[in-house]
Amino acid sequence: MCTECGCGLPGDRPPGISGGHTHDHSHPHNHDHEHEGGLSHSHPHTHPHSHGHAHDHPHDHDHPHDHQHDDPGRQESRRTIDVRTAILAKNDRIAERNRGFFQGRGLLAINVASSPGSGKTTFLRETIRTLSPAMKAGVIVGDLATDNDALKLREAGAPVVQVTTGTVCHLEAEMISKALAAMPLGDLRLIIIENVGNLVCPASYDLGENLRVVLLSVTEGEDKPLKYPPMFQSANVVIVSKIDLAGPCSFDRDKALANIRRMSPGAVIFETSAKTGHGMDKWCEFLESQARNITTA
Amino acid sequence: MESALHLASEQARASGASRICSIRLRIGELSGVVPEALQFAFEALTPGTMAEGSTLSVEDVPARFWCRKCSSEFVAGTLFSECPVCQTPSAELRAGREMELASLEIE
Repeated sequence: MCTECGCGLPGDRPPGISGGHTHDHSHPHNHDHEHEGGLSHSHPHTHPHSHGHAHDHPHDHDHPHDHQHDDPGRQESRRTIDVRTAILAKNDRIAERNRGFFQGRGLLAINVASSPGSGKTTFLRETIRTLSPAMKAGVIVGDLATDNDALKLREAGAPVVQVTTGTVCHLEAEMISKALAAMPLGDLRLIIIENVGNLVCPASYDLGENLRVVLLSVTEGEDKPLKYPPMFQSANVVIVSKIDLAGPCSFDRDKALANIRRMSPGAVIFETSAKTGHGMDKWCEFLESQARNITTA
Repeated sequence: MESALHLASEQARASGASRICSIRLRIGELSGVVPEALQFAFEALTPGTMAEGSTLSVEDVPARFWCRKCSSEFVAGTLFSECPVCQTPSAELRAGREMELASLEIE
């Protein structure tokens, strides 16, 4: 289940299997506690004691002792432990492993996120077609259901591994790690990860990518970056897609670019149209130069 | 939330606990986490686990940026990361993306 939106049913995901242990263990424990009823007993105790204050002082003194006996007894069982661990620490560890894998094989990995319907799949298909023949790409595509996107991407001739996430609204590092095992890596230079169409939860999940690419289509409006700060904050590249539709959508280009620059000051911006091919060359050149940096690193 | 509860149970068991009484999280302003969704997920997931009947508290962590021009850290007052002194947008987020299990009260 997703940390942000609560998608995905518990027990629905294979990695959640260890949750089975939790259940086994916790049941007996819960019963114990219900039997103990120590909690409800101890509360009534507190009340009589405070009443007793007014009555006899000596007892008062004794009572606090009683408390202390009780309390340590309970405190022994009830105590606070500092954990200070990232909730997604496990994901982050696997993401680091993926990153090492990419680095070791000289692969550039990009994680592409956007809202549903912003044209990710078409954009990526055209990207694969535009890249030079030496820049061979493999695609990992995440979808809740269907392999329509995978089929569309295969049209471009790239190997595609489909990850069907079921009810989960984002890809996780472990899914990528498994997908990589199924990917014919051969002479690939680029791994494109098409995330599930969603601008919220994928922002939190590092997949081990080198670049995080966020698509914003002109049909979505200029203020999209303001609505999804975490995703745009974390973007290395922002693609303004479908710019062939800018006119009909009365897209305010200056405003959109200003919003992107304010929300993602570190990001490189490309304006593209997968339909007309506008801007695709520049974007692909950028990818190739990034891939060269990986191999020389 | 499932990951948080999984981590919490793991930690609690490692400390020899049989029950989790309360869970404290630290959540960054820019983590994308909606506290209401957390609470909802918490209530949906805890029954039948060692955290059943426990309480959830969330400590908000403000987004802090580093301004290179001013060589100073600032807390963003708005959604934007502009330095309040020189107005330069900062790409260097120092804090605010946390999603952390801070502490547990166990017995």
